[in-house]
Amino acid sequence: MNLILPELSLIALVGPSGCGKSTFARRHFKPTEILSSDFFRALVSDDENDQAASRDAFELLYAAAAKRLSRRLLTVIDATNLQRAARRQVLDLAKRFHYLSAAIVFNLPQEVCLDYDQRRPTRHVGPHVIRNHLNLLRQSLRGLEKEGFRHLYVLSSPEEVESAVVERRRLWVDRRDERGPFDIIGDVHGCREELVTLLCQLGYRVGPDLQVEPPSGRKAIFVGDLVDRGPDVPGVLRLVMGMVAAGTALCVVGNHDDKLLRKLNGRDVKVNHGLAESLAQMEGESDDFRERVRVFLEKLLGHYVLDDGKLIVAHAGLKEHLQGRASRRVRDFALYGETTGEVDESGLPVRLNWAADYRGRAMVVYGHTPVAQPEWLNHTINIDTGCVFGGRLTALRYPENEWVSVSSLRTYCDPGRPFLPSPIQLSAQLLADDMLDWSDVSGSRRIATRLMGEVTIRAENSTAALEVMSRFAADPRWLIYLPPTMSPCETSREPGLLEHPTEAFAYYRHQGVERVVCQEKHMGSRCVAIVCRNGDAARQTFGVEGETGILLTRTGRRFFDDVALEGALLARVRTALDAGNAWERWQTSWVCLDCELMPWSAKAQELLRHQYAAVGAASRAALAEVESVLKQTSERNREAAVLYERHRRRAEASELFTAAYRRYCWSTSSVADFKLAPFHLLATEGVVHVDKTHLWHMEELSRMGEVGEGLLLKTSFKIIEVSQESQIAEGVRWWQELTERGGEGMVVKPLDFSVRGKRGLVQPAVKCRGPEYLRIIYGPEYIEPEHLGRLRSRGLGAKRALALREFALGMEALERFVRREPLRRVHECCFAILALESEPVDPRL
Amino acid sequence: MLLTLTLMHEPAADLGYLLGKNPTRCQSFPLSFGQAHVFFPEVSPSRCTAALLLDIDPIGLVRNRRRPSGEGHSLQQYVNDRPYVASSFLSVALSQVFGSALGGRSRERPQLAETALPYEARLAVLPCRGGEGFLRRLFEPLGYNVAAQRHSLDPLFPEWGESPYYTVTLSGQCRLHDLLSHLYVLIPVLDNDKHYWVGDAEVEKLLHHGEGWLTAHPERENITRRYLKHRGELAKSALARIEQEESDDEESAPVEEVIEERARLNDVRLDAVQAALRESGAKRVLDLGCGEGKLLRALSRDPQFTEIVGVDVSPRALEIARLRLDRLPLDVQSRCRLLHGSLMYRDTRLSGFDAAAVVEVIEHLDPPRFSAFERVLFEFARPRAVVVTTPNVEYNVRFETLPAGSFRHKDHRFEWTRSQFQDWANGVARRFGYAVRFVAVGPEDEILGSPTQMGVFRQCPKN
Repeated sequence: MNLILPELSLIALVGPSGCGKSTFARRHFKPTEILSSDFFRALVSDDENDQAASRDAFELLYAAAAKRLSRRLLTVIDATNLQRAARRQVLDLAKRFHYLSAAIVFNLPQEVCLDYDQRRPTRHVGPHVIRNHLNLLRQSLRGLEKEGFRHLYVLSSPEEVESAVVERRRLWVDRRDERGPFDIIGDVHGCREELVTLLCQLGYRVGPDLQVEPPSGRKAIFVGDLVDRGPDVPGVLRLVMGMVAAGTALCVVGNHDDKLLRKLNGRDVKVNHGLAESLAQMEGESDDFRERVRVFLEKLLGHYVLDDGKLIVAHAGLKEHLQGRASRRVRDFALYGETTGEVDESGLPVRLNWAADYRGRAMVVYGHTPVAQPEWLNHTINIDTGCVFGGRLTALRYPENEWVSVSSLRTYCDPGRPFLPSPIQLSAQLLADDMLDWSDVSGSRRIATRLMGEVTIRAENSTAALEVMSRFAADPRWLIYLPPTMSPCETSREPGLLEHPTEAFAYYRHQGVERVVCQEKHMGSRCVAIVCRNGDAARQTFGVEGETGILLTRTGRRFFDDVALEGALLARVRTALDAGNAWERWQTSWVCLDCELMPWSAKAQELLRHQYAAVGAASRAALAEVESVLKQTSERNREAAVLYERHRRRAEASELFTAAYRRYCWSTSSVADFKLAPFHLLATEGVVHVDKTHLWHMEELSRMGEVGEGLLLKTSFKIIEVSQESQIAEGVRWWQELTERGGEGMVVKPLDFSVRGKRGLVQPAVKCRGPEYLRIIYGPEYIEPEHLGRLRSRGLGAKRALALREFALGMEALERFVRREPLRRVHECCFAILALESEPVDPRL
Repeated sequence: MLLTLTLMHEPAADLGYLLGKNPTRCQSFPLSFGQAHVFFPEVSPSRCTAALLLDIDPIGLVRNRRRPSGEGHSLQQYVNDRPYVASSFLSVALSQVFGSALGGRSRERPQLAETALPYEARLAVLPCRGGEGFLRRLFEPLGYNVAAQRHSLDPLFPEWGESPYYTVTLSGQCRLHDLLSHLYVLIPVLDNDKHYWVGDAEVEKLLHHGEGWLTAHPERENITRRYLKHRGELAKSALARIEQEESDDEESAPVEEVIEERARLNDVRLDAVQAALRESGAKRVLDLGCGEGKLLRALSRDPQFTEIVGVDVSPRALEIARLRLDRLPLDVQSRCRLLHGSLMYRDTRLSGFDAAAVVEVIEHLDPPRFSAFERVLFEFARPRAVVVTTPNVEYNVRFETLPAGSFRHKDHRFEWTRSQFQDWANGVARRFGYAVRFVAVGPEDEILGSPTQMGVFRQCPKN
């Protein structure tokens, strides 16, 4: 006997103890596919015969089964399953996971069972148990057919058991091996003329007899609702049936198709919603045609899984956990979607928007509810553009993801509710993205990035980031990027120096980078500026009302609490962009800039008061006194003279330290006191400028710098060939000039924004700070040889690994954003950067 | 880091005998954190000055630390005032370099050591947390004349204000070992910090060096608490031994509670919230923003509540809440759960509860994030009842210690008047289908209202 079992089956073996179920299972199924009650009894009690452990054993068994079913694995329950209640459990489990259920019954003669039991090597249950089991089996067999198993096989002799062959079948809906390309066509509703026009536009040749020839390799897929309402239902059916028969099209069933089928099957259905038109038009057709239609409709499936599981087509869409499964519920969802059970003012059912919560990997293409135009939402798209209601007939080209539409020739049917709303305020994606979910950011996470592959975030870092993000960060809709941390160059061995450009150049030379750009490092606070052309642009791009941009700190906080000040600064940047003709030049209505905002004292007030100025004040006051008492003492005491000299130097260092931090401080009483130095034009509409050189960034940004109303500060820069001695010397000189003038130092970047070296991604930038500036980092007296020697041992590895991961995540966030991916996809990248920032790394690097 | 001691008593050079140091020399002593130098800038018949100079290794502070994590955060910084100011490092140096003098012993001049003489002690830089007033309250009762000069943070930036640093001169007639003991104890008290882990041994040190003067000192409570780094249990046991009387203060009180007249208002508030939750008939309740779990523990004692779930965004607060829950009886514990979560993210774990308490939480949220919070709570979690409390800013004028115009807590993003709160609450109720009533919590002022305001929301039945 051939036992045909679909891949998504939950199989109950039914039969008395000792009838060879386990032996049979081992022969036909993988060991991991078999969940045996004996095994679970042993697991919980160390004794597979301990009937008292059955309750616990079955609890575990069903829990294991549930896990396997949720992962789409064929599963066999190897237990006697002689009680109706036990079989009920199996059936319920199959139903819960939209599985097909099967029972294989071992109805063997009593003497065979007794004989098997005797010959068992390990244990015997005894004749009385077997006789009892056989009684139960006989009772079971009476009603088994009606219990609801989709497949039921009864093996009635040892020979049948011996010769049985298990044949696994794929589900009908499973068409993973069809990889397209496809043209997926929305609800046709009898609009034959428009369908023919659309097919022609897609490159199909349609003959006068409605025979269709597709362009080579392509296949059409209809999302259902071929019938009702429109002018030529038989024509549409003829065309589609022809294509499906010829293997040039697939078609899933729509709710209208299903209803017509029920009518054709003689069922009593209410003739409304355009069914009358179908029936009237079918009247003129032959009985044979009507029968062919009936058979065609009967065979239509609720959905298809295509292209290795990457594409799902269903009439009303399909939630992730229903995809590729088979049950009444799955089919109902595919046909009708989900409704709240309520009706709206037009008397139509209120639909639940399953797509708003969709998290699946597969793209879902569907129709069913007419929309003004197709819109992406969480990797799903509705392509029913209401042809029959005077809209358009739309096809989605897959995998190109472009759509092609033809206008309907006229309005064949009055839509129950308007589906062509007035100008769209916000895209469906922005509307749905109002809310982020805890489960999208919590726990250990793996984020796929284009630049670095998968980046792993540990659970404890996510935990830390949740607090920071919730308590301090700006509205997540503005968080499309956070800047990566930056490592210094390797530690210099030059006397009196910790950092020197030679090491920065050497790093890039070793990485195979030929040219680098040295940029002046401004000493302020890192600032990400997102500036929109106007409020409309902010609303349409970011979904934020009443704002036109934002200034963010490197940890995603709003830079200024003072809204008016932020507004004034943004307005100045906007004016500069206007004047530089930036909107037209970059074809965008918004920009995202990576900048430094000066003065440092504007943001670092707390730090200045509690640390820098405090240490300055304490050291100046203390060392002045020390110097004076030591001077007094050294007049009499030579030992004190040594101490005096040492503390005189310390007093000098404290003055130099004070001078160092003062350079970056000035009072800010108005907008005019701020300076903003943009150095990356990160992203504009549709583009992340990661593929451009830093020269391009500098030149583009300088266009707005000229008209920045005193706010914008240009970043001076120099390009250096790192293999040429003279150029290196030139770079070193440039750095010395910068730092002697009181500059913080410079940042060295490969000329290209992102570079892959011999061992993967290369540091996007390393910094090289000046010796005076470093007093702010390592303390007033760090230059003293006794200190410097120890400070030189510092490990850059962790910092550099972080810098790369954060860079990859930041770029990924921007790329996802310009692709208009769901907010949670952008947010998870920025969240991950914050999470990485909670890694303990030497904060002085 | 510089302490000078001057004796104005002929022959003043006896100071050398008293300290056990030769006035003609400059001696150095290695310490674990650097070096101490002792020298005598002035030696005349009527005046002798000894200097104790600490040369603290700033790099060593950061690099050579072996300490329990979470202790002494300030020592993680290279840019650090520790090398320049008088702090617990100086106390350590006093005990190691002037150990005998601190103990009142002098081999050559035992009688002089027991005699009160005119001394002057000068600290080049002393951090006085609590200001000059506190400095005077510490030393004046001990009989010193106090002269203090405060330093500004940066004379070039007067808008940054004053620093906490003073140059301090104490003068008075006393025994040397009294003077040294006072300095030993009171320097870290003024600095309000210690560079090492404060454990049980510190209580002994305090009692030892405080012998004979601490019991009678009017600031003994503050001294004890600060000396023991606000470790409540230690301070309690030390105070008990000093005064032989009980102190009923828990833990170091955060600012907000001090301002709100100690913990009183907090208790009144929790009672009011609990009453509102009881009245709602709720069995399964959420405590959103549960912090260290005070409300949670109060609710757990009430058998009406069968499941109590505390949620907080701060993992640290939850850890403390967990420790405190662990002390409750097992059957009480089993009704309580703690979740790490955020009110900014939709969270299915929060669905299906009868009631939620949101106590003193909303004022910590940024107003632009309110819409997210409202939807998370009222649309998605959607408990049948919600109790929200927040400060009533009108009442702030009644808190004497609170400067006008400032909030009760540093992290408060706003504090609302009654009408602001009610407008918000009524709006939320309308948008999400709740009815709300308002309750005054705490002593009510006729004009200003009560210190805390509470909104009790009830979901309207669906029509």
